[in-house]
Amino acid sequence: MADPQNLITVSGVSKVFPGVVALEGVDFALRKGEIHALMGENGAGKSTLIKILTGVEQPDQGRIELENTAISIKSPQHAQALGISTVYQEINLCTNISVAENIMLGHEPRRFGGIHWKKLNELASQALARLGIELDVTQPLGIYSIAIQQMVAIARALAIASAKVLILDEPTSSLDANETARLFAVMRALKQEGIGIVFVTHFLDQVYEIVDRVTILRNGRFVGSFDIAALSRVELVAKMLGRVVDELQALAHDKGQVAPQTEKGQLIEASGLGLRGALQPLDLTVGVGEVLGIAGLLGSGRTELASLLFGIATPDSGSLSIDGQQVTRFSPQALIKRGVALCPEDRKAEGIVGDLSIRENIILGLQGRYGWFKFIGRQKQTEIAEKYIKLLGIRTPSPDQLVKNLSGGNQQKVILARWLVTQPRLLILDEPTRGIDVGAKAEIQKLVLELVKDGMSIVFISSELEEVVRMSDRIVVLRDHAKVAEYDHAVSDRTLMQTMAGEA
Amino acid sequence: MNKRISFSRIRESRLFWVLTAWAVILGFNALFVPEFFRIGIQDGHLYGNLIDVLNNGAPLMLVAIGMTLVIATGGVDLSVGAVMAISAAMGAVLINPAPGDKLVSNEILTRNATNTPLVIIVIATLAAGTLCGLWNGLLVSRAKIQPLVATLILMVAGRGIAQLISNGQIITIYYTPYFWFGNGYILGLPVSIYIVTAVAILAWVGVRKTPIGLFIEAVGLNPKATHYSGISAKNIQLLAYTFSGFCSALAGLILSSYVHSADGNNNGLNYELDAILAVVMGGTMLSGGRFSLLASVLGAIVIWTFTLSMYALGVPANALLAGRAVLVLLVILLYSDRRLIKRRSKSTPTAVQSQDEKPGLPHP
Amino acid sequence: MTQRLKLSVLRHGPLLMTITIFLMAYIIGAQLYPAMQRPQAFFNLFINNGFLLILGIGMTFVILTGGIDLSVGGVLALTTAASAALLNLGVSPLVVMPLMLVMGTAIGLGLGCLIHFFKVQPFIVTLMGLFFARGLAYIISLTSVTITDPLYKYLALTPIYLPFFAKAYIYIPTLVGPALLVVAIYLAYFTRFGRIVYAIGNNEQSAALMGFPVGRTKVLVYGLSGFCSALAGIVFSISLLAGYGQFATGVELDVIAAVVMGGTLLTGGVGNVIGTLFGILIEATIISILQYNGTLSSWWTRICVGVLTLIFIGIQSGFALRKKK
Repeated sequence: MADPQNLITVSGVSKVFPGVVALEGVDFALRKGEIHALMGENGAGKSTLIKILTGVEQPDQGRIELENTAISIKSPQHAQALGISTVYQEINLCTNISVAENIMLGHEPRRFGGIHWKKLNELASQALARLGIELDVTQPLGIYSIAIQQMVAIARALAIASAKVLILDEPTSSLDANETARLFAVMRALKQEGIGIVFVTHFLDQVYEIVDRVTILRNGRFVGSFDIAALSRVELVAKMLGRVVDELQALAHDKGQVAPQTEKGQLIEASGLGLRGALQPLDLTVGVGEVLGIAGLLGSGRTELASLLFGIATPDSGSLSIDGQQVTRFSPQALIKRGVALCPEDRKAEGIVGDLSIRENIILGLQGRYGWFKFIGRQKQTEIAEKYIKLLGIRTPSPDQLVKNLSGGNQQKVILARWLVTQPRLLILDEPTRGIDVGAKAEIQKLVLELVKDGMSIVFISSELEEVVRMSDRIVVLRDHAKVAEYDHAVSDRTLMQTMAGEA
Repeated sequence: MNKRISFSRIRESRLFWVLTAWAVILGFNALFVPEFFRIGIQDGHLYGNLIDVLNNGAPLMLVAIGMTLVIATGGVDLSVGAVMAISAAMGAVLINPAPGDKLVSNEILTRNATNTPLVIIVIATLAAGTLCGLWNGLLVSRAKIQPLVATLILMVAGRGIAQLISNGQIITIYYTPYFWFGNGYILGLPVSIYIVTAVAILAWVGVRKTPIGLFIEAVGLNPKATHYSGISAKNIQLLAYTFSGFCSALAGLILSSYVHSADGNNNGLNYELDAILAVVMGGTMLSGGRFSLLASVLGAIVIWTFTLSMYALGVPANALLAGRAVLVLLVILLYSDRRLIKRRSKSTPTAVQSQDEKPGLPHP
Repeated sequence: MTQRLKLSVLRHGPLLMTITIFLMAYIIGAQLYPAMQRPQAFFNLFINNGFLLILGIGMTFVILTGGIDLSVGGVLALTTAASAALLNLGVSPLVVMPLMLVMGTAIGLGLGCLIHFFKVQPFIVTLMGLFFARGLAYIISLTSVTITDPLYKYLALTPIYLPFFAKAYIYIPTLVGPALLVVAIYLAYFTRFGRIVYAIGNNEQSAALMGFPVGRTKVLVYGLSGFCSALAGIVFSISLLAGYGQFATGVELDVIAAVVMGGTLLTGGVGNVIGTLFGILIEATIISILQYNGTLSSWWTRICVGVLTLIFIGIQSGFALRKKK
């Protein structure tokens, strides 16, 4: 491994969090003057690897070398001192103080025991000039766009120490095309200076535009490092999702448990529905008793679509109608009344109320719909809870267990139960099977198919293509916050993958 | 093993710490001030320190009941003391209107008379406080001002309003029927304790026999998930603050009845901290969530047992402030220690839960 | 250029508004009560409210970090009571004053440690501090204690006649507030400590990730507030020549209101000590208008302060919304 070109060499790094193996024997090497993409779906271990490289977490096993000398990175400050600087997705700067302070504070020049403002501003301007940016550094950072803030963050990262390695954690996720181009220009310039850049992103186009090599992680394991020129888009997506392309083709038509639904009319009709910065206007219909699959990579706009349909966000263009009636008020409360339900992607933060019991979590939705005065008595609550615990096979000794003590799969079932009690007409499932074991996954899939038989409509969002294809009657593909295609249930995984990757 | 589990269940109970604290104080009294437990009969009703705890503590118990709901939603109400002063002033001024500086007419002083029927006095008093609570609730739930700041405004202005109502005077009350709330007895026990019991039962029924209690806890624990379940946090907050205003008003009524006067500056002074202390001792987290009304009431009883024990030891009333501060400090330390215990016990279930979870981390 | 002007108006809007309101209030007062037109009436604002300014400066730093300090009135009262008791025991004022400052700072640092290390909300810790300090003051003495120390008397009763203004005078302790203000401006704008205070108030997590000593700064800020409270206590005891645990009840609310009126956001990160000066001057002007009026009662001060606080919080959220757009 002792390649003199290597800036950072990570070999066999593992990290276990209580009960979770976050990284297992991961290798990674960053060369001088290269831009190296780090890719993987949620939970692949990207963020853990970055935390280890920046000293936020310590690896349990494995070896990290910087310029072929073994190191252990003790803290973020230590990482910076070693020359490893990081710019996070959520820019960790302070918007109320000036641009110059954001770049220089902590290393500010002094005069007569106080800050030497003139010199500080000069140094900050120089640091920005290195990135080809000229702006009034005395203004508070908050008045500038996210793109500029990103540049300032990079300037700080470079100014604070003589950086050798720059880690950019999803820097482009909130930038528009021009801003991204500007960032890329800076990245190329830094590359010329010999700085190694680790670039975390989920935009495939960007990977092919700027990156030299890519390392792919999946479920905490190392999939491989590749020269980007030698890796097709479909191969890249397949490696991220964990399917071998040939295998996929063989599987393509191995389904058919789901009979195509007879046309019973449309439940949901959206036309031109969109929200600036979140989702390009799109048309969408969901039939009665139909499963509409949404396929798309992380950041493709799939979760944004779910929040529009559930009223969490209010669209700024287009219209949404349920049963031919226009939705005028967008709020979860209003849409629940119209028969919509959502199992959110972030189960812990948005789904369960961990410190309440299973019983209370299950009746929360129905009770919310009943309002303050129609009380579901304690006995009735237990009845309902026990009924759904049995129906969904939630493994718990009693309905009075706290939900936070359940496993991920059982928590997901509790949220499902919360909505099934209210007998919704449209159930939106955002990544319902992520992070739960195979058995529970199959159970949830089976349950969904049963619900459809009873006439419920489902919007099924998942990053597991095989699951989407198997479950759905129709599939809408999202890419870069826009709808790019719509297929019927006979589509092959490969076609889907090509569409998601932007090759079709 | 079995015993251990039951002990940890007892310790988990919201009543455990507050009962332990009470037992410690009573035990101390048993050793050093045994006369604290003496209960006698005088004029057909009970008297003694323990009865005084109930009677003097009644206003704090009421305020603590209202404060519990507010804290459970994840907020705080700093205006309770000022609201008590407002309602006390309201009552006193209706008995004895104070136009300008010519405050007291001799007739009302001597004839044991009132200017307004008692029923109207009570209704107006309670309405004034409830209105204050509603105002707080609107600021928090509709104007989205953080609770600390929103209630701070009424805490500043409230005592001014109280003085405005009473025209800056300390109004002495001479109207005997009004004294009943703070000094009367039914079946040998103080009237105030019946009022507290009634309010506590009403509140308990109101939150536990309706979905409101569940909604309050859900809003305090995970506002986002609650919102996504179709529950409006706004009205829940509005209700909690309004109810807190009502409780403070009732407390102000009893207090002014007990001390025979209304004083805009001093009625309900320092009640905010005592009420928060009572609620925290009752096991409700300051961050919101699970609550127990009974435990908060017990918290208030503990505070007054402590206070009266110190009086019995001869500690002067004003110096006791420092003692109460030490009590708060202890509760803070105990509370943060309990959080440590909780954190440790939390990590165990995570390990169990994650066995069937795929390796990987939730979002950073 | 106009863009830049607009930005700087938005940035300094609240401060300009505070100054405007102060000037308007003062001019209206001067129109109604010609006595207020005398220069001395203006200097009286400082003479009578110097301790408020000192408290306000400490409070501004605390609020800038996103915290709150409800203990200031208690520490002030404790300082007056303790210094009165010590002076009457015959301890030299040159020992008493530094001792009081050390005590106030220590109390503040202690509260800051509780807040930082036990992660308890600032309002409850400092509310406890308030009770504790007032309680100690009552333990020292249950009644007001008169100070007879010659140095205190000299400081309290010797007017300094000002140049340029005929017959206008102030007292030596009056100078403490403005002097501290200069120090505070230096602290806020020319030291790393001051800039980190702003950074923490904006985003504590970011500040920590940028490598700033967040914990130390927070504890120090409460220490500073404790120091200011003790200093205010010394000034207060000099001007009244007495010490008593019941002095300055409810003053914490006046101070917070003044800081808010001065344009400091209670969520932290935005504001400055100059604004606080004008916030306090607004309060002082209201008080003196009420005094000159004679028939309007003192409680109107509290109501006015409450209403103004509410209005300013409303204006602030208005500005915050505009800035976002």
